[in-house]
Amino acid sequence: MEKETNNILHELTQSEYKYGFYTDIAMDMAPKGLSEDTIRFISAKKNEPEWLLEYRLKAFRHWLTMVEPTWAHVHYPAIDYQDIIYYAAPKRKKELKSLDEVDPELLDTFKKLGISLEEQKRLSGVAVDAVIDSVSVKTTFSETLEKQGIIFCSFSEAVQKVPELVRQYLGTVVPPDDNYFAALNSAVFSDGSFCYIPKGVRCPVELSTYFRINAANTGQFERTLIIGDEGSYVSYMEGCTAPMRDENQLHAAIVEIIALKDAEVKYSTVQNWYPGNKKGEGGVYNFVTKRGICKGTHSKISWTQVETGSAITWKYPSVILMGDHSVGEFYSVAVTNHFQQADTGTKMIHLGKNTRSTIISKGISAGRSNNSYRGLVKMTKRAANSRNFSQCDSLLLGDRCGAHTFPYIKAENRSSIVEHEATTSKISDEQLYYCNQRGISTESAIGLIVNGYAREVLKKLPMEFAVEAQKLLSLSLEGSVG
Amino acid sequence: MLSIKNLRASIEGKEILKGINLEVRAGEVHAIMGPNGTGKSTLASVIVGRDIFVIEEGEILFKGKNLIGMPVEERANEGIFLGFQYPVEIPGVSMTNFMRTAINEQRKYRGLDPMPAQEFLNSMEEKKRLLEIHAKLANRSVNEGFSGGEKKKNEIFQMAMLNPELAILDETDSGLDIDALKIVAHGVNTLRRPDNAFIVITHYQRLLEYIVPDFVHVLFDGRIVRSGGKELAFELEDKGYEWIKEAQV
Amino acid sequence: MDETNIQSNTAEKLQAFFKKNKGVLTSGDPPYLVQLRNQAFAQFNERGFPHTRLEKWRNTDLSRILDHDFHFPLKPSPLDVDLDEVFRCEVPDFNTRLIPQMNGWFMGSGEKLPNGVIISSMAEAIKKYPELIEKHFGHYADIKNENLTALNTAFFRDGVFIYVPDNIRMEQPVQMVDLVNSGRTIFIQVRNLIVLGKNSSMSLVQCDDSIDNNVGFNNTVTEVYMDENSTLDHYKLQNKNNESALTNSTYFHLEKGANLSTNAISLNGGLIRNETQVRLNGSNSHADVLGLYLMDHEQHIDNQVFIDHAVPHCTSNELFKGILDDHASGVFNGHILVRPDAQQTNAYQNNKNILISDKAVIDTKPFLEIYADDVKCSHGATVGQLDEDARFYLQSRGIGRDNAQMLLMYAFAADIVDKIAIPQLRNRIDDLVKKRLRGELSSCEQCVLHCNSKEQKVAFEIDMSRI
Repeated sequence: MEKETNNILHELTQSEYKYGFYTDIAMDMAPKGLSEDTIRFISAKKNEPEWLLEYRLKAFRHWLTMVEPTWAHVHYPAIDYQDIIYYAAPKRKKELKSLDEVDPELLDTFKKLGISLEEQKRLSGVAVDAVIDSVSVKTTFSETLEKQGIIFCSFSEAVQKVPELVRQYLGTVVPPDDNYFAALNSAVFSDGSFCYIPKGVRCPVELSTYFRINAANTGQFERTLIIGDEGSYVSYMEGCTAPMRDENQLHAAIVEIIALKDAEVKYSTVQNWYPGNKKGEGGVYNFVTKRGICKGTHSKISWTQVETGSAITWKYPSVILMGDHSVGEFYSVAVTNHFQQADTGTKMIHLGKNTRSTIISKGISAGRSNNSYRGLVKMTKRAANSRNFSQCDSLLLGDRCGAHTFPYIKAENRSSIVEHEATTSKISDEQLYYCNQRGISTESAIGLIVNGYAREVLKKLPMEFAVEAQKLLSLSLEGSVG
Repeated sequence: MLSIKNLRASIEGKEILKGINLEVRAGEVHAIMGPNGTGKSTLASVIVGRDIFVIEEGEILFKGKNLIGMPVEERANEGIFLGFQYPVEIPGVSMTNFMRTAINEQRKYRGLDPMPAQEFLNSMEEKKRLLEIHAKLANRSVNEGFSGGEKKKNEIFQMAMLNPELAILDETDSGLDIDALKIVAHGVNTLRRPDNAFIVITHYQRLLEYIVPDFVHVLFDGRIVRSGGKELAFELEDKGYEWIKEAQV
Repeated sequence: MDETNIQSNTAEKLQAFFKKNKGVLTSGDPPYLVQLRNQAFAQFNERGFPHTRLEKWRNTDLSRILDHDFHFPLKPSPLDVDLDEVFRCEVPDFNTRLIPQMNGWFMGSGEKLPNGVIISSMAEAIKKYPELIEKHFGHYADIKNENLTALNTAFFRDGVFIYVPDNIRMEQPVQMVDLVNSGRTIFIQVRNLIVLGKNSSMSLVQCDDSIDNNVGFNNTVTEVYMDENSTLDHYKLQNKNNESALTNSTYFHLEKGANLSTNAISLNGGLIRNETQVRLNGSNSHADVLGLYLMDHEQHIDNQVFIDHAVPHCTSNELFKGILDDHASGVFNGHILVRPDAQQTNAYQNNKNILISDKAVIDTKPFLEIYADDVKCSHGATVGQLDEDARFYLQSRGIGRDNAQMLLMYAFAADIVDKIAIPQLRNRIDDLVKKRLRGELSSCEQCVLHCNSKEQKVAFEIDMSRI
């Protein structure tokens, strides 16, 4: 770990977003705009059953009655929802049977991203589902997983393959009318990943999905559904990138996690959508609803996120602690630089007895960015003897940025304990001087100190991700001082 | 190696150094002594380039290169090390990570490739052995939660790792018990070579029983008012600083 | 027309009332005040009463209290009672300069002390000290965002004006006692202004009590201006009946080097909402904002604290502690804003709560909004039980479980009580807290002031029909 961190710091040469290329692939697109026809088009394209089309239409009709939320500490020009392409898929003529059949341009894209599917498949033992724009391109490793009864495939494939499972759980954690962006996603979601871990199975490999927005004017509305059946375990990773573009791109995803009795689901995200340039132009609007439910007793859901990208992030991975003795965790590092705005945090809703939750959030703001932690901890009447501990720290780099903390705590029983702590700090001149005297440049010193500051969260990431995350932290703060 | 001529420096308009002249050659150990508040630490800070001080006049040459205007990290990579009087804590940054970054920055500056991980780890172990430091440093954050003695030993350890040509130890002996003091002195004596030099800043003569200096300078009110051999330290021990102050009046 | 019966408390009704009584409300007002009232009314009119869809009002619902037929007194009620007797302070050796207020009206006689200190009725001060009032009145209270402040500004009739000239240090604490006793359901708007000159100092105890058991809605706004290097030691003691609502908005404005300590102690009350805003407007100013609330039954307490670090080198320290029993509900909403360039700010914020019953609810939101980097800000919030280990320890020393619990609760509250600088007041509050924790202090057994006996209460009946 340590040595890799150092390699990373040493390698820091590129200062602006390096994933900003786009792949020239023939695209199959829906016409711009949103109507019931668009939804029927998407549904038909995917050969969906009637109930799913109905689900989408119902969500759409509800969405029409909703108002875009304004409570987050973010500002952006109004989004024209008719100016977005809601479906864009790489054109393909037939089902892909092996990686050899994958569009070479696409494979090249993944190589540039640092994930070669073949490599992943052969060496690292990580199963990858890659989603470009709206469509899952290729899932590796699925055959191996199938032997254990694990289903890991694109969402569309799951709809065809295990419709009853999808139907049973879809929308049970994030109902279609949950919020504005969730309703939008429920109407137009195109693809995403599906994962089912059967009873008593420990998934032997890390499951991973890479999301990428490629085409211009495209919104990405992926949908992820993870079900951990009784006594199962899975560690799931999600990575995101998008090319540099002047216009803003909309990303409104939903992730639902269901953990049944004794199940544990660990969900890690490294979010690196294009944040816009130094002047605050372009970048992805990342309006995402992520929620898990600890349905059974002794179940556990853990969210770990490293957020460095997006012009605007609006995201609160949450856990509903329904089963007695269930555990919810949220570990987050959010970095904002230049004109980025992040409003992120979590909700821990304690319903069951003896439930526990932990929140560790590290916000780092630089440039003229604004970084907010927003969290809710709720101890309901039933949740006797439950505990929460929250630690939300902010680090400010420079005097033009903002760091904000909005913790909401609601307690309705006398036996639960909630503790919230937060501090705000800067990197002291003494620390920089000390590093400088050891020959370390200010830029490297900041990377080093910020990674140290975030260590508590980074160590929660799977190894494969931790390295990338550390690299991103340093990269995204380049040019923030001086 | 180090040549300071008529150096005058101030902070917030207040002059601290009022014309310092100092020559340090390779292989020498210089001790700078003097009462508190006479500018000893300021001199150290100015040599390594702390930017809160303003150089009013004079020059500092290191291996013939003008240091004035050179950034702190560049002076460090040129081979100047400062052992801090109050080492700062850097939470979350492990010693291993910190040292590795520093060493590789130095190597980069000198046009070398980064040190391979194994070599680096071996080097860490070797230096610890050499200095008789038994503490587990590697996975602890830089100076965080270190006792006063541990912090000072850590400074000596870093000095050994970075292998500077000129090491300045700013009151490294303050607040140390006798065992820690011996370890620090042992470190310096072990690292002492014909091609490097030390400036040992101290308030007390005690340290100089363990690190025998070639020259002793007494700093008073921003000037070096007396220079001599190691016997000057013993004289100070006998007569105290009052003697110097009186001599000035 | 002396009084108007407001059938229901909708904005429309108030609008009609305002239009109808505009002449009375603004009679004798200088032009700036007429304009301010109109402005405030327009603001109120536009948005009406705060409702739970507003972020700052999510957890405090006024609809129940507003669902009454309020009387809105336009003139003071003539009282045939001995004011000295009614307002006699029961704190032993607590020698204060007492300012009695009844149903929002200043009941004493205005005075200007030899040292230049002015203690006066607000209505009178507007006429008598036009320059002082115009310079400060309405400059600190926020009518744009706070609807109840807008309401107050439009409708206030009276209150207290205190002026302490430069370099005057008032040794004797000033005690404002705001009693509500009308024999009927009233809605009053009390408006106070306190101006502290340079290098002046004062201790101020602001008591809000109700005497009768009628439904009352007291909407008080107090503006406090603290000039350079002035010191204010401020206490709010709230002991209202369970049928009443008290919304208390206090706006402190601190210039360079000013030092404020404000402590809100809420012992009883149907619905209490304290909106405390502190603007640190001059460097090296400091504010301690403290609070203690001990609520039970269906009582509701809401503390909203906004601390605005507008300039560099200021410090603030915020600590609120509360114990909630039965069906009581509590809200704490702390907001610290560190504006750009307000470097070297040191701000600390903490809210600690204990729930004694499973029916009690607390909502707490300690909120930091920071736009400067060289700052030390931290906040914390806890909700929890009493320390079980400590309780066990006490029990192991032979102290019964209930007593152990009482002791620990008392220790919990002592954090705030100990910070009361006036010894007599501290002892008294200490005593009241003990009583309160033992359940011996209900809202009828009044506190600090006179603790009127049952007999006095009879003498205090006012026949409104005679007015």
